Amino acid sequence: MIEVADLWFTYPEGTIALRGVSLRIGDGESIAIMGENGAGKTTLVKHFNGLLKPQKGTVLIDGVDTREVSVAKLAKKVGLVFQNPDHQLFSSTVEEEVMFALKNLGFTSEEIKERTNWVLKFLDLEKYRERSPLSLSGGERKRVALASVLCVKPKILVLDEPTIGQDAKQKRKLGELLKKYQEEGNTVIVVTHDVEFASKYFKRIVVMAKGKVIADGPPNKVLTNPTILNESSLTPPQVAILSYEIAKKINNFPKDIVLFNDLLQEVITRVKR
Amino acid sequence: MRGMLVVLIEIKNLSFTYANTEEPAIKNIDLTINEGEFVLLTGPSGCGKTTLCRCLNGLIPHFYNGEMEGDVIIDGLNTKEHPVYELAQKVGLVFQDPENQLVSLNVEKELAFAPENLGLPREEIRKRVEETLQLLKIEHLRHKAPYELSGGEQQRVAIASVLTLKPKILVLDEPTSNLDPKGAEQVLKTIKKLNEELNVTIILIEHRLDLILPYTSRVVLMDKGEIILDAPPYEAFCSSIPEEIGVDVPVSIKLYNELLKIGMKFNKVPLSTKDAAELLTEVLK
Repeated sequence: MIEVADLWFTYPEGTIALRGVSLRIGDGESIAIMGENGAGKTTLVKHFNGLLKPQKGTVLIDGVDTREVSVAKLAKKVGLVFQNPDHQLFSSTVEEEVMFALKNLGFTSEEIKERTNWVLKFLDLEKYRERSPLSLSGGERKRVALASVLCVKPKILVLDEPTIGQDAKQKRKLGELLKKYQEEGNTVIVVTHDVEFASKYFKRIVVMAKGKVIADGPPNKVLTNPTILNESSLTPPQVAILSYEIAKKINNFPKDIVLFNDLLQEVITRVKR
Repeated sequence: MRGMLVVLIEIKNLSFTYANTEEPAIKNIDLTINEGEFVLLTGPSGCGKTTLCRCLNGLIPHFYNGEMEGDVIIDGLNTKEHPVYELAQKVGLVFQDPENQLVSLNVEKELAFAPENLGLPREEIRKRVEETLQLLKIEHLRHKAPYELSGGEQQRVAIASVLTLKPKILVLDEPTSNLDPKGAEQVLKTIKKLNEELNVTIILIEHRLDLILPYTSRVVLMDKGEIILDAPPYEAFCSSIPEEIGVDVPVSIKLYNELLKIGMKFNKVPLSTKDAAELLTEVLK
Protein backbone atom coordinates (compact mmCIF):
# COMPACT_ATOMS: atom_id res chain seq x y z
CA MET A 1 0.00 0.00 0.00
CA ILE A 2 1.18 3.50 -0.85
CA GLU A 3 0.06 6.35 1.38
CA VAL A 4 0.94 9.86 0.33
CA ALA A 5 -0.07 12.63 2.73
CA ASP A 6 0.19 16.35 2.00
CA LEU A 7 3.32 15.94 -0.10
CA TRP A 8 5.22 19.06 -1.20
CA PHE A 9 8.34 19.21 -3.34
CA THR A 10 10.36 22.11 -4.73
CA TYR A 11 13.30 21.64 -7.10
CA PRO A 12 16.54 23.49 -6.26
CA GLU A 13 16.01 26.07 -9.03
CA GLY A 14 12.69 27.04 -7.43
CA THR A 15 10.01 25.17 -9.39
CA ILE A 16 7.34 23.96 -7.02
CA ALA A 17 6.49 20.56 -8.49
CA LEU A 18 4.12 19.22 -5.85
CA ARG A 19 1.71 21.32 -3.81
CA GLY A 20 0.10 19.12 -1.18
CA VAL A 21 -0.62 15.80 -2.84
CA SER A 22 -2.55 13.18 -0.86
CA LEU A 23 -3.22 9.78 -2.37
CA ARG A 24 -3.84 6.20 -1.20
CA ILE A 25 -3.05 3.32 -3.50
CA GLY A 26 -4.10 -0.11 -2.30
CA ASP A 27 -2.43 -3.43 -3.10
CA GLY A 28 -3.30 -4.81 -6.51
CA GLU A 29 -4.69 -1.58 -7.96
CA SER A 30 -4.22 -0.47 -11.56
CA ILE A 31 -3.76 3.26 -11.85
CA ALA A 32 -2.92 5.75 -14.58
CA ILE A 33 -1.60 9.12 -13.45
CA MET A 34 -2.32 11.71 -16.13
CA GLY A 35 -1.95 15.43 -16.75
CA GLU A 36 -0.12 17.95 -18.89
CA ASN A 37 3.67 18.27 -19.19
CA GLY A 38 4.97 19.73 -15.96
CA ALA A 39 1.98 18.77 -13.79
CA GLY A 40 4.20 16.96 -11.27
CA LYS A 41 3.46 13.36 -12.29
CA THR A 42 7.08 12.20 -12.60
CA THR A 43 8.08 14.03 -9.42
CA LEU A 44 5.30 12.21 -7.58
CA VAL A 45 6.26 8.71 -8.72
CA LYS A 46 9.93 9.34 -7.96
CA HIS A 47 8.78 9.56 -4.34
CA PHE A 48 7.33 6.04 -4.47
CA ASN A 49 10.73 4.35 -4.61
CA GLY A 50 12.50 6.89 -2.45
CA LEU A 51 14.46 8.49 -5.30
CA LEU A 52 13.07 11.77 -4.02
CA LYS A 53 12.33 12.27 -0.34
CA PRO A 54 9.42 14.41 0.85
CA GLN A 55 10.34 17.95 1.84
CA LYS A 56 7.00 18.29 3.56
CA GLY A 57 4.37 15.61 4.14
CA THR A 58 5.00 11.87 4.06
CA VAL A 59 5.14 8.89 1.75
CA LEU A 60 4.59 5.49 3.35
CA ILE A 61 5.21 2.24 1.50
CA ASP A 62 3.52 -0.60 3.38
CA GLY A 63 3.59 1.59 6.43
CA VAL A 64 7.29 2.46 6.20
CA ASP A 65 8.35 6.10 5.76
CA THR A 66 10.51 6.40 2.59
CA ARG A 67 12.81 8.77 4.45
CA GLU A 68 13.80 5.95 6.75
CA VAL A 69 14.80 3.32 4.19
CA SER A 70 17.34 3.22 1.36
CA VAL A 71 16.43 3.25 -2.33
CA ALA A 72 18.15 -0.13 -2.67
CA LYS A 73 15.87 -1.63 -0.05
CA LEU A 74 12.77 -0.15 -1.66
CA ALA A 75 13.86 -1.41 -5.10
CA LYS A 76 12.76 -4.94 -4.30
CA LYS A 77 9.29 -3.70 -3.53
CA VAL A 78 8.88 -0.76 -5.88
CA GLY A 79 10.21 -0.96 -9.44
CA LEU A 80 10.39 2.31 -11.38
CA VAL A 81 10.84 2.35 -15.15
CA PHE A 82 11.91 5.76 -16.42
CA GLN A 83 10.51 7.61 -19.39
CA ASN A 84 13.86 7.87 -21.13
CA PRO A 85 15.45 4.42 -21.26
CA ASP A 86 18.87 5.98 -21.89
CA HIS A 87 18.90 7.26 -18.32
CA GLN A 88 18.71 3.67 -17.19
CA LEU A 89 20.68 1.47 -19.59
CA PHE A 90 24.43 1.05 -19.38
CA SER A 91 25.40 -2.62 -19.89
CA SER A 92 26.98 -3.96 -23.05
CA THR A 93 24.27 -6.53 -23.79
CA VAL A 94 20.57 -6.79 -23.13
CA GLU A 95 21.07 -9.95 -21.10
CA GLU A 96 23.70 -8.32 -18.85
CA GLU A 97 21.43 -5.36 -18.33
CA VAL A 98 18.78 -7.61 -16.82
CA MET A 99 21.23 -9.77 -14.89
CA PHE A 100 22.88 -6.73 -13.34
CA ALA A 101 19.74 -5.70 -11.49
CA LEU A 102 19.20 -9.22 -10.19
CA LYS A 103 22.81 -9.67 -9.06
CA ASN A 104 22.69 -6.36 -7.25
CA LEU A 105 19.67 -7.40 -5.27
CA GLY A 106 21.31 -10.64 -4.21
CA PHE A 107 19.41 -13.28 -6.16
CA THR A 108 21.06 -16.71 -6.52
CA SER A 109 22.62 -17.58 -9.88
CA GLU A 110 19.84 -20.11 -10.48
CA GLU A 111 17.18 -17.46 -9.89
CA ILE A 112 19.06 -14.95 -12.03
CA LYS A 113 19.10 -17.36 -14.95
CA GLU A 114 15.46 -18.28 -14.56
CA ARG A 115 14.18 -14.73 -14.18
CA THR A 116 16.31 -13.43 -17.03
CA ASN A 117 14.96 -16.07 -19.38
CA TRP A 118 11.43 -15.44 -18.21
CA VAL A 119 11.53 -11.68 -18.64
CA LEU A 120 13.28 -11.71 -22.03
CA LYS A 121 10.66 -14.09 -23.32
CA PHE A 122 7.80 -12.20 -21.69
CA LEU A 123 8.85 -8.97 -23.38
CA ASP A 124 9.80 -10.46 -26.72
CA LEU A 125 13.48 -9.57 -26.31
CA GLU A 126 15.09 -12.98 -26.68
CA LYS A 127 16.41 -12.24 -30.14
CA TYR A 128 18.26 -9.20 -28.78
CA ARG A 129 19.88 -11.07 -25.88
CA GLU A 130 23.44 -10.47 -27.13
CA ARG A 131 22.84 -7.03 -28.66
CA SER A 132 23.98 -3.79 -27.10
CA PRO A 133 20.93 -1.93 -25.77
CA LEU A 134 22.25 1.22 -27.41
CA SER A 135 22.03 -0.37 -30.87
CA LEU A 136 18.28 -0.92 -30.51
CA SER A 137 15.44 1.38 -31.52
CA GLY A 138 13.85 3.72 -28.96
CA GLY A 139 10.83 1.46 -28.53
CA GLU A 140 13.00 -1.61 -28.06
CA ARG A 141 15.25 0.17 -25.55
CA LYS A 142 12.14 1.00 -23.55
CA ARG A 143 11.29 -2.68 -23.36
CA VAL A 144 14.83 -3.49 -22.18
CA ALA A 145 14.49 -0.86 -19.44
CA LEU A 146 11.19 -2.46 -18.43
CA ALA A 147 12.81 -5.91 -18.43
CA SER A 148 15.55 -4.76 -16.06
CA VAL A 149 12.89 -3.71 -13.55
CA LEU A 150 10.23 -6.36 -14.15
CA CYS A 151 12.75 -9.19 -13.62
CA VAL A 152 12.82 -8.28 -9.93
CA LYS A 153 9.04 -8.91 -9.86
CA PRO A 154 8.36 -5.86 -7.70
CA LYS A 155 5.06 -5.80 -5.80
CA ILE A 156 4.58 -2.25 -7.04
CA LEU A 157 5.50 -1.56 -10.67
CA VAL A 158 5.65 2.07 -11.79
CA LEU A 159 6.17 3.05 -15.43
CA ASP A 160 6.72 6.60 -16.65
CA GLU A 161 5.29 7.11 -20.16
CA PRO A 162 5.69 3.48 -21.26
CA THR A 163 3.84 3.83 -24.58
CA ILE A 164 6.04 6.47 -26.22
CA GLY A 165 7.71 4.98 -29.29
CA GLN A 166 5.65 1.78 -29.10
CA ASP A 167 3.49 0.83 -32.05
CA ALA A 168 -0.11 -0.35 -31.78
CA LYS A 169 0.75 -4.00 -31.46
CA GLN A 170 3.41 -3.41 -28.80
CA LYS A 171 1.05 -1.14 -26.88
CA ARG A 172 -1.61 -3.81 -26.88
CA LYS A 173 0.95 -6.34 -25.71
CA LEU A 174 2.24 -4.02 -23.01
CA GLY A 175 -1.31 -3.27 -21.87
CA GLU A 176 -2.19 -6.93 -21.63
CA LEU A 177 1.06 -7.74 -19.89
CA LEU A 178 0.53 -5.03 -17.27
CA LYS A 179 -3.04 -6.19 -16.77
CA LYS A 180 -1.83 -9.74 -16.25
CA TYR A 181 0.85 -8.60 -13.82
CA GLN A 182 -1.76 -6.63 -11.89
CA GLU A 183 -4.18 -9.54 -11.82
CA GLU A 184 -1.48 -11.63 -10.19
CA GLY A 185 -1.89 -9.33 -7.20
CA ASN A 186 0.69 -6.65 -7.96
CA THR A 187 0.08 -2.91 -8.10
CA VAL A 188 0.65 -1.32 -11.51
CA ILE A 189 0.99 2.44 -11.84
CA VAL A 190 1.65 4.27 -15.12
CA VAL A 191 2.28 7.90 -15.84
CA THR A 192 0.89 8.54 -19.30
CA HIS A 193 -0.53 11.06 -21.78
CA ASP A 194 -2.03 8.28 -23.76
CA VAL A 195 -5.76 8.52 -23.07
CA GLU A 196 -6.53 5.54 -25.31
CA PHE A 197 -4.08 3.33 -23.42
CA ALA A 198 -5.18 4.57 -19.99
CA SER A 199 -8.90 4.14 -20.63
CA LYS A 200 -8.44 0.67 -22.03
CA TYR A 201 -6.16 -0.94 -19.47
CA PHE A 202 -6.53 0.97 -16.18
CA LYS A 203 -9.32 1.05 -13.66
CA ARG A 204 -8.48 4.21 -11.80
CA ILE A 205 -7.38 7.52 -13.31
CA VAL A 206 -5.62 10.13 -11.19
CA VAL A 207 -5.36 13.51 -12.91
CA MET A 208 -2.79 16.09 -11.83
CA ALA A 209 -2.49 19.76 -12.70
CA LYS A 210 -0.01 22.30 -11.36
CA GLY A 211 1.31 20.02 -8.64
CA LYS A 212 -2.07 18.90 -7.30
CA VAL A 213 -4.44 16.00 -7.76
CA ILE A 214 -7.55 17.44 -9.41
CA ALA A 215 -9.48 14.25 -10.12
CA ASP A 216 -9.46 10.62 -9.08
CA GLY A 217 -11.90 7.98 -10.31
CA PRO A 218 -12.81 5.41 -12.96
CA PRO A 219 -12.05 6.25 -16.65
CA ASN A 220 -15.68 6.73 -17.65
CA LYS A 221 -16.13 9.39 -14.97
CA VAL A 222 -12.79 11.18 -15.20
CA LEU A 223 -11.94 11.05 -18.92
CA THR A 224 -15.36 12.26 -19.98
CA ASN A 225 -15.48 15.28 -17.68
CA PRO A 226 -14.85 18.44 -19.77
CA THR A 227 -13.76 20.57 -16.79
CA ILE A 228 -11.13 18.08 -15.71
CA LEU A 229 -9.90 17.48 -19.25
CA ASN A 230 -9.59 21.19 -19.89
CA GLU A 231 -7.63 21.87 -16.74
CA SER A 232 -5.17 19.11 -17.53
CA SER A 233 -4.66 19.53 -21.32
CA LEU A 234 -6.09 16.08 -21.93
CA THR A 235 -8.51 15.13 -24.66
CA PRO A 236 -11.14 12.42 -24.21
CA PRO A 237 -10.50 8.97 -25.71
CA GLN A 238 -11.94 8.60 -29.25
CA VAL A 239 -14.71 6.31 -28.01
CA ALA A 240 -15.77 8.87 -25.39
CA ILE A 241 -15.91 11.65 -28.00
CA LEU A 242 -18.15 9.51 -30.16
CA SER A 243 -20.37 8.53 -27.27
CA TYR A 244 -20.67 12.19 -26.18
CA GLU A 245 -21.42 13.50 -29.67
CA ILE A 246 -24.07 10.87 -30.34
CA ALA A 247 -25.67 11.44 -26.93
CA LYS A 248 -26.15 15.12 -27.78
CA LYS A 249 -28.56 14.16 -30.55
CA ILE A 250 -29.97 10.80 -29.55
CA ASN A 251 -32.26 10.42 -26.54
CA ASN A 252 -30.96 8.26 -23.70
CA PHE A 253 -27.72 7.40 -25.47
CA PRO A 254 -25.05 7.10 -22.73
CA LYS A 255 -22.55 9.94 -22.94
CA ASP A 256 -19.74 8.36 -20.97
CA ILE A 257 -18.77 5.14 -22.77
CA VAL A 258 -14.99 4.74 -22.96
CA LEU A 259 -14.52 1.17 -24.18
CA PHE A 260 -14.87 0.24 -27.85
CA ASN A 261 -16.85 -2.95 -27.30
CA ASP A 262 -19.34 -1.19 -25.02
CA LEU A 263 -19.96 1.43 -27.71
CA LEU A 264 -20.30 -1.16 -30.44
CA GLN A 265 -22.79 -3.16 -28.37
CA GLU A 266 -24.83 -0.06 -27.56
CA VAL A 267 -25.06 0.87 -31.25
CA ILE A 268 -25.90 -2.65 -32.37
CA THR A 269 -28.62 -3.07 -29.72
CA ARG A 270 -30.25 0.17 -30.78
CA VAL A 271 -30.06 -0.57 -34.49
CA LYS A 272 -31.65 -3.98 -34.02
CA ARG A 273 -34.43 -2.60 -31.84
CA MET B 1 -7.33 21.27 -57.64
CA ARG B 2 -3.81 22.54 -57.57
CA GLY B 3 -3.07 22.39 -61.25
CA MET B 4 -0.31 20.41 -62.83
CA LEU B 5 1.35 17.68 -60.86
CA VAL B 6 4.96 18.44 -60.07
CA VAL B 7 7.08 15.52 -58.94
CA LEU B 8 9.07 16.59 -55.86
CA ILE B 9 10.39 13.31 -54.53
CA GLU B 10 11.44 10.39 -56.61
CA ILE B 11 12.78 7.28 -54.92
CA LYS B 12 14.04 4.55 -57.20
CA ASN B 13 14.81 1.06 -56.04
CA LEU B 14 16.21 2.28 -52.73
CA SER B 15 17.78 -0.07 -50.20
CA PHE B 16 19.92 0.78 -47.18
CA THR B 17 21.82 -1.43 -44.78
CA TYR B 18 23.39 0.22 -41.71
CA ALA B 19 27.06 -0.53 -41.08
CA ASN B 20 27.57 -3.58 -38.83
CA THR B 21 24.09 -4.97 -39.49
CA GLU B 22 23.14 -7.75 -41.86
CA GLU B 23 19.51 -7.07 -42.70
CA PRO B 24 18.72 -4.03 -44.81
CA ALA B 25 16.67 -1.46 -42.84
CA ILE B 26 14.77 -0.61 -46.02
CA LYS B 27 14.66 -2.46 -49.29
CA ASN B 28 13.37 -1.98 -52.85
CA ILE B 29 11.59 1.26 -52.12
CA ASP B 30 9.95 2.92 -55.13
CA LEU B 31 7.97 6.02 -54.29
CA THR B 32 7.00 9.18 -56.14
CA ILE B 33 5.51 12.11 -54.25
CA ASN B 34 4.04 15.18 -55.91
CA GLU B 35 4.09 18.75 -54.71
CA GLY B 36 1.32 19.51 -52.20
CA GLU B 37 0.66 15.94 -51.14
CA PHE B 38 0.05 15.10 -47.49
CA VAL B 39 1.47 11.65 -46.95
CA LEU B 40 1.01 9.67 -43.76
CA LEU B 41 3.88 7.21 -43.41
CA THR B 42 3.23 4.50 -40.88
CA GLY B 43 4.02 0.94 -39.89
CA PRO B 44 5.07 -1.06 -36.85
CA SER B 45 8.19 0.00 -34.98
CA GLY B 46 11.35 -1.14 -36.72
CA CYS B 47 9.62 -1.14 -40.14
CA GLY B 48 12.12 1.32 -41.62
CA LYS B 49 10.10 4.52 -41.66
CA THR B 50 12.70 6.57 -39.79
CA THR B 51 15.42 5.25 -42.09
CA LEU B 52 13.38 6.30 -45.11
CA CYS B 53 13.01 9.81 -43.65
CA ARG B 54 16.77 10.02 -43.16
CA CYS B 55 17.19 9.30 -46.87
CA LEU B 56 15.03 12.26 -47.81
CA ASN B 57 17.35 15.04 -46.65
CA GLY B 58 20.62 13.25 -47.31
CA LEU B 59 21.41 12.25 -43.70
CA ILE B 60 21.67 8.92 -45.47
CA PRO B 61 24.17 8.49 -47.15
CA HIS B 62 26.13 11.54 -45.87
CA PHE B 63 26.01 11.00 -42.08
CA TYR B 64 25.00 7.41 -41.46
CA ASN B 65 27.46 4.72 -42.45
CA GLY B 66 26.19 1.81 -44.44
CA GLU B 67 25.42 0.58 -47.89
CA MET B 68 22.96 2.45 -50.07
CA GLU B 69 21.54 1.23 -53.34
CA GLY B 70 19.23 3.10 -55.67
CA ASP B 71 18.55 6.82 -55.91
CA VAL B 72 16.66 9.53 -54.10
CA ILE B 73 15.94 12.62 -56.16
CA ILE B 74 14.59 15.64 -54.32
CA ASP B 75 13.28 18.43 -56.53
CA GLY B 76 15.79 17.42 -59.18
CA LEU B 77 18.76 16.91 -56.83
CA ASN B 78 20.21 13.44 -56.37
CA THR B 79 20.94 13.14 -52.64
CA LYS B 80 24.18 11.28 -53.32
CA GLU B 81 25.59 14.27 -55.18
CA HIS B 82 24.39 17.12 -52.98
CA PRO B 83 25.41 17.93 -49.40
CA VAL B 84 22.91 18.02 -46.52
CA TYR B 85 22.97 21.83 -46.15
CA GLU B 86 21.84 22.16 -49.75
CA LEU B 87 19.13 19.50 -49.36
CA ALA B 88 18.00 21.15 -46.10
CA GLN B 89 16.70 24.04 -48.20
CA LYS B 90 14.39 21.59 -49.93
CA VAL B 91 13.52 19.27 -47.06
CA GLY B 92 12.95 20.27 -43.44
CA LEU B 93 13.23 17.42 -40.95
CA VAL B 94 11.49 17.57 -37.55
CA PHE B 95 12.08 14.90 -34.92
CA GLN B 96 10.22 13.36 -32.02
CA ASP B 97 11.97 15.21 -29.25
CA PRO B 98 12.02 18.99 -29.78
CA GLU B 99 14.48 19.49 -26.93
CA ASN B 100 17.21 17.81 -28.95
CA GLN B 101 16.55 20.09 -31.85
CA LEU B 102 16.53 23.49 -30.15
CA VAL B 103 19.98 24.96 -29.65
CA SER B 104 19.61 28.73 -29.22
CA LEU B 105 18.98 31.00 -26.25
CA ASN B 106 15.66 32.29 -27.45
CA VAL B 107 13.02 31.56 -30.06
CA GLU B 108 13.96 34.44 -32.38
CA LYS B 109 17.60 33.35 -32.45
CA GLU B 110 16.50 29.75 -32.99
CA LEU B 111 14.59 30.75 -36.10
CA ALA B 112 17.46 32.84 -37.43
CA PHE B 113 20.03 30.11 -36.85
CA ALA B 114 19.63 28.11 -40.09
CA PRO B 115 19.38 31.06 -42.51
CA GLU B 116 22.35 32.72 -40.76
CA ASN B 117 24.37 29.59 -41.34
CA LEU B 118 23.57 29.79 -45.02
CA GLY B 119 24.93 33.34 -45.05
CA LEU B 120 21.70 34.98 -46.18
CA PRO B 121 21.56 38.78 -46.01
CA ARG B 122 20.47 40.27 -42.66
CA GLU B 123 17.29 41.82 -44.01
CA GLU B 124 16.20 38.57 -45.63
CA ILE B 125 16.79 36.68 -42.38
CA ARG B 126 14.75 39.21 -40.42
CA LYS B 127 11.94 38.98 -42.95
CA ARG B 128 11.84 35.20 -42.85
CA VAL B 129 11.89 35.08 -39.06
CA GLU B 130 8.99 37.57 -38.82
CA GLU B 131 6.95 35.76 -41.46
CA THR B 132 7.42 32.42 -39.76
CA LEU B 133 6.62 33.75 -36.27
CA GLN B 134 3.37 35.16 -37.66
CA LEU B 135 2.51 32.11 -39.70
CA LEU B 136 2.82 29.74 -36.74
CA LYS B 137 1.27 32.29 -34.34
CA ILE B 138 4.24 32.18 -31.99
CA GLU B 139 5.14 35.88 -32.00
CA HIS B 140 4.45 36.05 -28.26
CA LEU B 141 7.17 33.49 -27.67
CA ARG B 142 9.91 35.34 -29.52
CA HIS B 143 12.03 36.25 -26.48
CA LYS B 144 11.47 33.04 -24.56
CA ALA B 145 14.15 30.42 -23.96
CA PRO B 146 13.36 26.88 -25.16
CA TYR B 147 13.14 25.58 -21.59
CA GLU B 148 10.44 28.13 -20.78
CA LEU B 149 8.13 26.65 -23.42
CA SER B 150 5.60 23.86 -23.10
CA GLY B 151 6.20 20.70 -25.15
CA GLY B 152 3.69 21.76 -27.81
CA GLU B 153 5.28 25.21 -28.07
CA GLN B 154 8.76 23.69 -28.32
CA GLN B 155 7.68 21.46 -31.15
CA ARG B 156 6.06 24.38 -33.01
CA VAL B 157 9.31 26.32 -32.59
CA ALA B 158 11.24 23.32 -33.94
CA ILE B 159 8.97 23.32 -37.00
CA ALA B 160 9.37 27.10 -37.36
CA SER B 161 13.14 26.77 -37.20
CA VAL B 162 13.24 24.52 -40.26
CA LEU B 163 10.64 26.63 -42.10
CA THR B 164 12.94 29.65 -42.24
CA LEU B 165 14.89 27.81 -44.92
CA LYS B 166 11.65 27.76 -46.93
CA PRO B 167 11.68 24.06 -47.68
CA LYS B 168 9.13 22.72 -50.15
CA ILE B 169 8.97 19.49 -48.21
CA LEU B 170 8.49 18.95 -44.49
CA VAL B 171 9.27 15.53 -43.02
CA LEU B 172 8.07 14.99 -39.45
CA ASP B 173 9.05 11.87 -37.52
CA GLU B 174 6.48 11.34 -34.72
CA PRO B 175 6.38 15.05 -33.86
CA THR B 176 3.66 14.63 -31.22
CA SER B 177 4.69 11.54 -29.32
CA ASN B 178 6.22 13.44 -26.39
CA LEU B 179 3.35 15.92 -26.16
CA ASP B 180 0.18 16.02 -24.13
CA PRO B 181 -2.99 15.68 -26.24
CA LYS B 182 -3.68 19.42 -26.44
CA GLY B 183 -0.08 20.13 -27.47
CA ALA B 184 -0.35 17.39 -30.09
CA GLU B 185 -3.50 18.94 -31.51
CA GLN B 186 -1.78 22.34 -31.87
CA VAL B 187 1.15 20.81 -33.71
CA LEU B 188 -1.03 18.77 -36.07
CA LYS B 189 -3.15 21.83 -36.87
CA THR B 190 -0.01 23.75 -37.70
CA ILE B 191 1.11 21.03 -40.09
CA LYS B 192 -2.28 21.00 -41.78
CA LYS B 193 -2.14 24.77 -42.21
CA LEU B 194 1.29 24.63 -43.86
CA ASN B 195 -0.02 22.07 -46.32
CA GLU B 196 -3.26 23.89 -47.11
CA GLU B 197 -2.07 27.47 -47.18
CA LEU B 198 1.50 27.22 -48.43
CA ASN B 199 1.21 23.98 -50.37
CA VAL B 200 4.14 22.53 -48.42
CA THR B 201 4.47 18.82 -49.15
CA ILE B 202 4.10 16.87 -45.92
CA ILE B 203 5.48 13.49 -45.02
CA LEU B 204 4.32 12.65 -41.53
CA ILE B 205 5.02 9.69 -39.30
CA GLU B 206 2.26 9.77 -36.71
CA HIS B 207 0.27 7.46 -34.48
CA ARG B 208 -2.65 9.74 -33.58
CA LEU B 209 -4.47 8.85 -36.75
CA ASP B 210 -7.93 10.03 -35.75
CA LEU B 211 -6.70 13.61 -35.64
CA ILE B 212 -4.70 13.57 -38.83
CA LEU B 213 -6.37 11.16 -41.21
CA PRO B 214 -8.98 13.63 -42.50
CA TYR B 215 -6.17 15.88 -43.77
CA THR B 216 -4.04 13.28 -45.48
CA SER B 217 -4.21 12.54 -49.18
CA ARG B 218 -2.28 9.33 -49.06
CA VAL B 219 -1.24 6.59 -46.67
CA VAL B 220 2.00 4.70 -47.16
CA LEU B 221 2.30 1.60 -44.98
CA MET B 222 5.66 -0.03 -44.36
CA ASP B 223 6.51 -3.38 -42.86
CA LYS B 224 9.89 -5.10 -42.54
CA GLY B 225 11.66 -2.45 -44.62
CA GLU B 226 9.26 -2.48 -47.54
CA ILE B 227 6.26 -0.49 -48.69
CA ILE B 228 3.32 -2.86 -48.53
CA LEU B 229 0.44 -0.51 -49.20
CA ASP B 230 0.12 2.90 -50.84
CA ALA B 231 -3.45 4.17 -51.08
CA PRO B 232 -5.89 6.93 -50.10
CA PRO B 233 -6.73 6.84 -46.37
CA TYR B 234 -10.22 5.32 -46.61
CA GLU B 235 -8.92 2.53 -48.81
CA ALA B 236 -5.84 1.85 -46.69
CA PHE B 237 -7.79 1.53 -43.45
CA CYS B 238 -10.71 -0.43 -44.82
CA SER B 239 -8.30 -3.18 -45.79
CA SER B 240 -7.23 -5.66 -43.16
CA ILE B 241 -3.53 -4.94 -43.68
CA PRO B 242 -3.05 -2.24 -40.99
CA GLU B 243 -4.57 -4.48 -38.32
CA GLU B 244 -2.47 -7.45 -39.46
CA ILE B 245 0.85 -5.64 -39.25
CA GLY B 246 -0.05 -3.97 -35.96
CA VAL B 247 -0.97 -0.43 -37.00
CA ASP B 248 -3.73 1.15 -34.97
CA VAL B 249 -6.96 1.66 -36.87
CA PRO B 250 -8.88 4.78 -35.79
CA VAL B 251 -11.98 4.04 -33.71
CA SER B 252 -14.26 5.61 -36.34
CA ILE B 253 -13.09 3.18 -39.03
CA LYS B 254 -12.98 0.22 -36.67
CA LEU B 255 -16.60 0.86 -35.76
CA TYR B 256 -17.51 1.32 -39.43
CA ASN B 257 -15.88 -2.02 -40.31
CA GLU B 258 -17.71 -3.79 -37.46
CA LEU B 259 -21.07 -2.34 -38.49
CA LEU B 260 -20.53 -3.42 -42.10
CA LYS B 261 -20.14 -6.95 -40.78
CA ILE B 262 -23.66 -6.94 -39.34
CA GLY B 263 -25.04 -5.77 -42.66
CA MET B 264 -25.31 -2.02 -42.17
CA LYS B 265 -24.62 0.25 -45.14
CA PHE B 266 -23.14 3.73 -45.27
CA ASN B 267 -22.47 6.07 -48.15
CA LYS B 268 -19.02 7.15 -46.93
CA VAL B 269 -16.12 6.03 -44.77
CA PRO B 270 -15.79 8.11 -41.57
CA LEU B 271 -12.15 9.18 -41.27
CA SER B 272 -12.57 11.11 -38.03
CA THR B 273 -14.61 10.70 -34.86
CA LYS B 274 -16.61 13.75 -35.97
CA ASP B 275 -17.57 12.02 -39.25
CA ALA B 276 -18.45 8.85 -37.39
CA ALA B 277 -20.63 10.70 -34.88
CA GLU B 278 -22.60 12.30 -37.72
CA LEU B 279 -23.00 9.02 -39.53
CA LEU B 280 -24.17 7.16 -36.45
CA THR B 281 -26.54 9.92 -35.39
CA GLU B 282 -28.25 9.58 -38.78
CA VAL B 283 -28.54 5.82 -38.37
CA LEU B 284 -29.83 5.96 -34.80
CA LYS B 285 -32.41 8.70 -35.32
